[in-house]
Amino acid sequence: MTTPSSPPPRGETPPFWRDPAKRALLFQALMLAALFAVIGFIVSNTLENLDARGITTGFGFLNDTAGFGIVQSLIDYTPQSSYGRTFMVGLLNTLLVSALGIFAATVIGFLMGIARLSPNWLIARIAGAYVEIFRNIPLLLQIFFWYFAVLRSLPSPRQSMSLGEAVFLNIRGLVVPAPVGGAGFGWTLVALAVAVIAAIVLVRWNRRRQEATGDRLPAGWISAGMIVALPALVFVVSGMPLTWDIPKLGGFNFSGGITVLPELLALWLALSIYTGAFIAEIVRSGIQAVSKGQTEASRALSLSGGMTLRLVVIPQAMRVIIPPLTSQYLNLIKNSSLATAIGYPDLVSVFAGTTLNQTGQAIEVIMMTMAVYLTLSLLVSMFMNWFNARMALVER
Amino acid sequence: MLHNNKTLLCSATALMATLLATGSAQAGETMEAVKERGQVVCGVSTGLPGFSTPDDQGNWEGIDVDVCHGVAAAVFGDASKVQFVPLNAKERFTALQSGEIDVLSRNTTWTATRDTTLGLNFTGVSFYDGQGFLVKESLGIDSAKQLDGAAFCVQSGTTTELNLADYFQAHDMSFEPVVFDTSDQTVGGFEAGRCDVLTSDTSQLNALRIKLADPSGAKVLPEVISKEPLGPVVRQGDDQWFNAVKWTLFAMINAEEMGISSENADELKNSEKPGIARFMGSEGNFGQAMGLPADWAYSIVSQVGNYGEVFDRNVGAGSPLNIERGINALWTEGGIQYAPPIR
Repeated sequence: MTTPSSPPPRGETPPFWRDPAKRALLFQALMLAALFAVIGFIVSNTLENLDARGITTGFGFLNDTAGFGIVQSLIDYTPQSSYGRTFMVGLLNTLLVSALGIFAATVIGFLMGIARLSPNWLIARIAGAYVEIFRNIPLLLQIFFWYFAVLRSLPSPRQSMSLGEAVFLNIRGLVVPAPVGGAGFGWTLVALAVAVIAAIVLVRWNRRRQEATGDRLPAGWISAGMIVALPALVFVVSGMPLTWDIPKLGGFNFSGGITVLPELLALWLALSIYTGAFIAEIVRSGIQAVSKGQTEASRALSLSGGMTLRLVVIPQAMRVIIPPLTSQYLNLIKNSSLATAIGYPDLVSVFAGTTLNQTGQAIEVIMMTMAVYLTLSLLVSMFMNWFNARMALVER
Repeated sequence: MLHNNKTLLCSATALMATLLATGSAQAGETMEAVKERGQVVCGVSTGLPGFSTPDDQGNWEGIDVDVCHGVAAAVFGDASKVQFVPLNAKERFTALQSGEIDVLSRNTTWTATRDTTLGLNFTGVSFYDGQGFLVKESLGIDSAKQLDGAAFCVQSGTTTELNLADYFQAHDMSFEPVVFDTSDQTVGGFEAGRCDVLTSDTSQLNALRIKLADPSGAKVLPEVISKEPLGPVVRQGDDQWFNAVKWTLFAMINAEEMGISSENADELKNSEKPGIARFMGSEGNFGQAMGLPADWAYSIVSQVGNYGEVFDRNVGAGSPLNIERGINALWTEGGIQYAPPIR
């Protein structure tokens, strides 16, 4: 206020180009406008070029008849279905292998991560060797290994390896009996759902009760018993309405039962074992990040070993584990697109492969495929962030 | 802030430059680009004996390869000025659409969809084929009608995939398609027993059968379930280049009909017979409008050979495939290979 250079008089605002905050806002608005202009230009230019070259555009092809067969589909599909249907079939196959992979990789990862910290020399070394071998070999090679080296050397359907003449393993895949629910089997499923809901309610009620009174019931055991006993009881009462469709060898291959394709098996094995190695390291680092003092303190409070692990170590370790675990899940989903290398009918193989080639509409098909992976990744990310927020330590 | 703006601006400019560079195909554009480059870039298969496959020295050979050599001979008077790009079935059309290759000569079936919706044009038929089935002798099968419920190894993105579904629907049978990206993978799956049947064009099945560890243990079933006219493909909208590729094939077929071969081309070069003189370019100049030299057809026949020679050398009696001429014989000899006259 006392400097000789004339400052803006009090009460008079400077012009907006002198105000850094407003200037920044203006630049950002200009940037955004330019960005949209560029995107608009790219889109219109692409459409013009495609038109000039006589290449068909638009999404009308999704209603056309596909005309090709797909070896595995979770929904009804015949060659007379539409290209839109091939998209759904591919998407569900991708989701199937991703879900199976995430489940198996998590189990393997947690087991191996804890095993690496085992005081038993042999167990720790085996887990260490597993991690070092499988996370350092490219995933594609591992898929090829399982598919070409392991599953390709299995016998033909007629010489299948069998387990009790019900489960068969051959070069065409793993054939297992399929459960067929008879009349009234639905009640067993209803009972299962009721038991699960009741268990959730019980656990929550138990937690609130413990916070209020300090008493706790063995809610875990009660829930487990309920989930097993209730459906079993209903199943028996309703007259055990379940039969098994046992696979039978006839013609070229087994008929009946459920066939798990060798392509699915190979991809599942490779994805779970590869990602499991990374998860093992994440779990180990998470557990080691909890300082020894925490364990000692909980022992001093006379908590048992199990309670120390469950109430002190794991909640703190999870804070470290969840964020990198999310990335591994996302990687696994994206890596499942390597399916096309061994012919598992996932989204990339069926939709961005065969459908793209039969229709020639590369831009539309690739855009839809990219949108699917983006959406899947964002959804998993959102879920894991929510889970992370729940697991975060509440500071009091 | 300044730094960020700069980066964004740079990438935006680069993007725009790329997009502006890929203008639409115009007449003469491809020919000009080919001449400037000094080479024809030709898309071929990843390895199919008789059609396009590298020999033990890494030189490409086959009918499809010879079509490309023919185009190079017509344009440059030198059949060796070709660069081959191996493509699988899924990549082939995109490679041509994007301008990565000048001509696609890769046992590609001419269909309405491909000709009308992909922005591509088929220039003719270099081989008339049909889809068949290869099975192991040990299965004891001698008709496709016995294949209900069998697993089929098939290459992804081909008309084969579609014909298979059509055939089994028409005959009310079921099938399990096992789809691979390359032809080698389908053979691998068939040999290992992943599938019971290998299905593809019959000429390819003959070619693939001799690559098996035990060729005599497998046989091609008699049924031919589809029409597969195979031919070279170019981008739509560049008529000059389209004509050049189309007439390269016609020149080969005309040469066989007129009795001109790589052996007597030099003798006949100065022939006074009107038809042969027009062919050799000593009378009239039929190359000019296509941007080719007057002796374009002479270059093709003297360096690559006529259609009959190309056929025999690659897939016919002079090759291990030993495929009969059949419908691929000239129209004068009971086949359907027929080319419009050069006049």
